[in-house]
Amino acid sequence: MSDVLNLAWVVSAITLATPLILAMLGGLISERSGVINIGLEGQMLVGAFTGVLVSYLTGSAVLGLAAAVGAGVLCGLVFAALTIGIHADQIVAATAVNLVGAGLTAALVPIVWGVDGISPEVARIPAVSVPGLSSLPILGDVFTKLTVLDYAAFGLAVAVWWLLFRTHLGLQLRACGESPEAADTAGVPVRRLRVVAQLCAGGLAALGGASLSLATIGLFVASMSQGRGFLALAALLFGKWRVWPAVAVCLLFSLVDALQLRLQIIESAIPHELLIALPYLLAVLALATFVGRAAAPAAIGRPFTRR
Amino acid sequence: MTTRRPVPAGEDSPAVRLCDITKTYDAFRANDHVTLDVARGTIHGLLGENGAGKSTLMNILNGSVRPDGGRIEVDGRPVRLRTTSDARAAGIGMVHQHFSLIDRLTVVENLALVARPSSWPRRCVMPVDLVGIEERARLLADRLRFAVDPRARCGSLGVGARQRVEIMKALWHHAQVVIMDEPTASLSPVEAQELLSTLLTLREQGATVILISHKMPEILAVCDEVTVLRDGRVSRRLSIGADDRDPGPRRDRLEADLVQAMIGRPRPDPPARAAAPGSPRLVLHGVGDGARVGPVDLSVHAGEIVAVAGVEGNGQAELIELIVGVRRLRTGRVLLGSRDVSSDGPRTRLACGLGHIAEDRHAAAIATRMSVTANAAFGFVGARMGRRWWLPARTMRAHAGSIVDRMSVRLPGLGANIEGLSGGNQQKLVVGRELARDPSVLIAGQPTRGLDIGAAGDVHRELAALRDGGAGVLLVSMDLTEVLAVADRIVVMRSGRIVGDVPAADADVDTLGGWMTGAQPSEQKGVQPSEQKLVGA
Repeated sequence: MSDVLNLAWVVSAITLATPLILAMLGGLISERSGVINIGLEGQMLVGAFTGVLVSYLTGSAVLGLAAAVGAGVLCGLVFAALTIGIHADQIVAATAVNLVGAGLTAALVPIVWGVDGISPEVARIPAVSVPGLSSLPILGDVFTKLTVLDYAAFGLAVAVWWLLFRTHLGLQLRACGESPEAADTAGVPVRRLRVVAQLCAGGLAALGGASLSLATIGLFVASMSQGRGFLALAALLFGKWRVWPAVAVCLLFSLVDALQLRLQIIESAIPHELLIALPYLLAVLALATFVGRAAAPAAIGRPFTRR
Repeated sequence: MTTRRPVPAGEDSPAVRLCDITKTYDAFRANDHVTLDVARGTIHGLLGENGAGKSTLMNILNGSVRPDGGRIEVDGRPVRLRTTSDARAAGIGMVHQHFSLIDRLTVVENLALVARPSSWPRRCVMPVDLVGIEERARLLADRLRFAVDPRARCGSLGVGARQRVEIMKALWHHAQVVIMDEPTASLSPVEAQELLSTLLTLREQGATVILISHKMPEILAVCDEVTVLRDGRVSRRLSIGADDRDPGPRRDRLEADLVQAMIGRPRPDPPARAAAPGSPRLVLHGVGDGARVGPVDLSVHAGEIVAVAGVEGNGQAELIELIVGVRRLRTGRVLLGSRDVSSDGPRTRLACGLGHIAEDRHAAAIATRMSVTANAAFGFVGARMGRRWWLPARTMRAHAGSIVDRMSVRLPGLGANIEGLSGGNQQKLVVGRELARDPSVLIAGQPTRGLDIGAAGDVHRELAALRDGGAGVLLVSMDLTEVLAVADRIVVMRSGRIVGDVPAADADVDTLGGWMTGAQPSEQKGVQPSEQKLVGA
């Protein structure tokens, strides 16, 4: 069993958790502002694709990341224009984002690279060795295998938590999610804040997507997010719309994901289809048993208009 | 306010002057060249029926509605109020009828929402100064003589406490003018009294208060000047002196004058009392929900209006739900006529002749996104509309039209969204709909809450007419004046039980108030002992 449950397992879980955490943070900002965002999946794919494309064109993975975030913000803007601008149904608009995100990126792969479904390898985000920490006994190995993005995910989690739960802006944002009418009477610019929240959500989800393509394997595969946007959403619900519980759930899902990846290699008795389904089964189980509606922001999904 | 703003434009200019304000919604003139002067340091009453344009006018002053025409001056200076922030900057604060507090946030956090820091690092990076805000909140509460726990979650506060927080919100930016939109509508008598003394405190400290109200006694008790709106225009304006406040013919004349200006006719007389009650129409034996209510024994006879009085939140709402069948009955039995409906759902109970004017209109009586016609048809489609498989549009419209005519509901059109109607007009439609069912037992949950004198009088008359036609009426009300005027028998509910039962003719406010608050030992004489009945059953 020590072949499976060892330090390398934890490292791979952290790497797998990074895209989930980033997308979840995006979803958290969006939903706390009162907008349901099931478009994380599509935004992740756009980020993953744009990152690889720009990295391919410029040879710089960092530029790729920046472009991915930009594309994500653009996605967020489109979603905001639809839902907040012209009051399109949030679920329908987000489904459109998902469909277009998946379809467009898959269609662009053969157009750009002439190969169907998979891009060539591009410059990727390298793993960094943290001076000092990497020479620790036993744990030192962890600090040589993670990339800047893995640290950034935790850094951003702290930042989002601070912003949402400590600052005035965060208070206003949460007020928009609890009661936009009350926020409006208190002088909070509800619609503007919700748009800003969508831009942040798009950027974070796309960064998560880019971490999937640029940090781990350095290439883009059509539909490579494999439902991680929805898994991030599940983590958000299961974490009751709070930062740290949701981060913990992301890590839990990733530990199971990493476990099944390793079991696939070592254990041949269990059908691997079943193993792949493991994290998703866990998500379904978690959502079906633990989540109460009471934890959701009270005005979630409700568009705001002045009478 | 202790920190008064400089008033350079001369002390004699009014605190607020609204000049020639006009606002039109579609074809409806909500405000038609309204001019209103509010003198500094006074309490100014704004009276009018539902839809007379009071709320529109005040929302214009509060910056949340933009007028089509007219000018606004504050302290003699012309101002443009495009948003609530503009109004706040001009020293105007408003306490809305429906509170705009966020339940999941604490009192301090709700106050922090309005206490917007000016620089962006303070807004976006630095932590919210909750300690400083809490300190200021305590000072403000002390000054207003409020007892409010700043750290409590707003969702856990009672109505009165929530309103106190709203007042603090309105005053946070040193508002000189405070608009109160029907502040006592959902308060108990004691809380209402406290609120009125808060208004006096505010005036003492130099603030100007605009009080929107339907209730004559409170207008006459605290206001210095009164403006009456009718059909979007000013119909009367007068000052109230100290000798007008004392009971007597002078005050009665003034009151009659105001009512006439408001509704264009004298105050409707309270309906006559019932003759002798007939056979029981609704009987409750030891009814309870196992938590907040019960055991309750009560019967309502044919030709009788029984009022349930009490302070809000003492189980009245739950009792109604138990009778209607939307709350699970844990103990006891409910009889409609002679039929035991304890195990039946609301559908069967309604079919047995039960009518229900729901206490919480938005939650249980109307669908806010649907048209007036559709809302009027609730409970009638199928059995009463003639056709089984589709909705006969013409019949539905005729049905809605007859209710609208009978209750004189003011509305833009039958096809209009019911949300476009004022609260009072929505309520009239609901009352009319339930009366049209021709019920043998009507449960009326606070049917006149938020209605003006004219409309409330109409509802009372309808209830009495229903009673005289041989139905039993159970009226749940927080308003003792209403209870005393309309009911034939009054029971008082406290902590989920009935603690007093008295014929209306023998009742007085003091005894009822004592039962309501528990100051007076409960009178069990009129209450049937539930245990015996249950054993017998």
